[in-house]
Amino acid sequence: MTADIRVTAPAGESARPARQSGPPRRPRRGRYGAHIFLSAVSLAFLAPLLLAVYASLRPYEETAQHGYFSFPKKLSFDYYRAAYTESGMGKYFMNTLIIAVPAVIVTLFLAAFVAFAVARVNIRGSLALLMFFTAGNLLPPQVLVTPLYVLFLNIDLPWWMSDSMTLYDSYWAVIIVNVGFQVGFCVFVLANFMRTLPKEILEAAIVDGAGVWTQFWRITLPLCRPAVAALATLEFTWIYNDFLWALIFISNPDKLPITSSLNNLRGQFFTDYNLLAAGSVLVALPTILVFLLLQRHFIAGLTLGSSKG
Amino acid sequence: MPQKTARRAGRRATRRFTRRDTAVLGVLLGIPILLDIVIVWGPALASVGLSFTSWDGIGDIKWVGGDNYENLVQDYPAFWPAVRHNLLWIAFLGLVATPFGLFLAVLVDRGIRFSRFYQSVLYMPVVLSLAVVGFMAQLLLGTDQGVVNTILDDRNDPVDWLGDSDINLWMMMLAASWRHTGYVMILYLAGLKSVDPALKEAAAIDGANERQTFFRVTLPTLRPVNVIVGVITVIEALRAFDIVYAVNKGRNGLELLSVLITDNIIGEASRIGFGSAIAVVLLGVSLGFIVTFLVQELRGAREK
Repeated sequence: MTADIRVTAPAGESARPARQSGPPRRPRRGRYGAHIFLSAVSLAFLAPLLLAVYASLRPYEETAQHGYFSFPKKLSFDYYRAAYTESGMGKYFMNTLIIAVPAVIVTLFLAAFVAFAVARVNIRGSLALLMFFTAGNLLPPQVLVTPLYVLFLNIDLPWWMSDSMTLYDSYWAVIIVNVGFQVGFCVFVLANFMRTLPKEILEAAIVDGAGVWTQFWRITLPLCRPAVAALATLEFTWIYNDFLWALIFISNPDKLPITSSLNNLRGQFFTDYNLLAAGSVLVALPTILVFLLLQRHFIAGLTLGSSKG
Repeated sequence: MPQKTARRAGRRATRRFTRRDTAVLGVLLGIPILLDIVIVWGPALASVGLSFTSWDGIGDIKWVGGDNYENLVQDYPAFWPAVRHNLLWIAFLGLVATPFGLFLAVLVDRGIRFSRFYQSVLYMPVVLSLAVVGFMAQLLLGTDQGVVNTILDDRNDPVDWLGDSDINLWMMMLAASWRHTGYVMILYLAGLKSVDPALKEAAAIDGANERQTFFRVTLPTLRPVNVIVGVITVIEALRAFDIVYAVNKGRNGLELLSVLITDNIIGEASRIGFGSAIAVVLLGVSLGFIVTFLVQELRGAREK
């Protein structure tokens, strides 16, 4: 395989002067193709979302008669108001924040330190440690459910921490499980990222007598900002979107997170799909906003990495 | 100055960490390790233990040896279809969605105009919850009012995209790919940006065409990303659950191992021992892939 690079290399070299006018033209033609292709794919990717928005703006009678792919006679935001009030979304949204914000912060902090220890501190068994965490995150959640349920039911908490008096049916349970489960993934990504950072900076700091904490907090972590920002958006959306853990560890319906509020919009005998569409758009909105807002951060980080080399 | 560094280096070799360093390492490594044992590894081992018992969650735990596994392989009709569906899911994500995500990343990375717009749009599905994705699938693929069937306009014999057990799995895999592709793309984009442009220039000077540069120069330097993407692809496929559960609770052609576990453990029968046995099978398959990848990763690290 390497041989034919060497064969074609001289040929390309000699052919180059002959095609002098070629290179500027070729990429441009390729570019039109890329634009058409990417636009088509983008449209296809957006279509389901746009459709949900479209459906949510139209009355049920109309779409039931003509299907979702038809011209609108009447458009209104009524369903959004109905979806918000009927499902009590505001309360559930707060519940989600109570779970997601601490979970993301603690996960990233713990994971960053483990990744630092694994990738940059000379400790024995660092590879085993990396495997321990990474493999842990990759286990299917269903494997862990039953033992955790029994465990949480048997751990008592004082009432000021949980009004159910046990770890079960408290935000703590969901936060802890999310942290324990997500740390592995963040360790894996951050350790990989930290390995790409130049070692010289850290060595200089060690020569200057910096301790492990300074090496981590002052020197390595600031360099990891792009990776941490990217992970923060990812983790927030994952924890926001999760409903398996909350469904299993929380029994009080007032404590459920926002993803389960959609169920309140499903009627027992009849489901208004357009109302459900409005609810889905409302549930999806925060994650989309977070992504769009943090994206600048995200992309700045990605391009920062490229100018390093 | 050289003398000083030499002395420091010497001291580092004998006593590398001060007492404070050891304390920091001990606490900040100890907490996550303990957490991981309590939340992940302990329960996983407990599940393995439970898989050798018959337990309904309330009564006594009775040891039954390998009976659960024997029943599973021989008498449980949903087991082998579920295994087949999970393998198909891995193949579909790995052979279709992941390469497509890489392809999109390469296109977006070529610095064309509006690349940020494309990037945002293609990544958008990743931030959606699977409950929402499952709902959108119903909106698009519903039998009577669904968009696809409205366009096809076959009133007499409409295709039941989500109900027909020959088609619905493919529809679910397409919906899963909708999210997976964007995720893979963003990971590769991050990797591609960090590839040293000098490498590509050198390859171009040596006369390599675009495709050669990509496969011989760029892709090998993306090795860490490849490992991550590989792991994520397999694990997402093995974990697939919410999306199927949102559509029809994972029945009628949508059986997956994760669904069978949930049905047995949380369902009315509450056969925790039996459900744990399925969980252990899933655990085994996952660990097989995980270990393969980690060994690969290890070898890569050593080669460097």
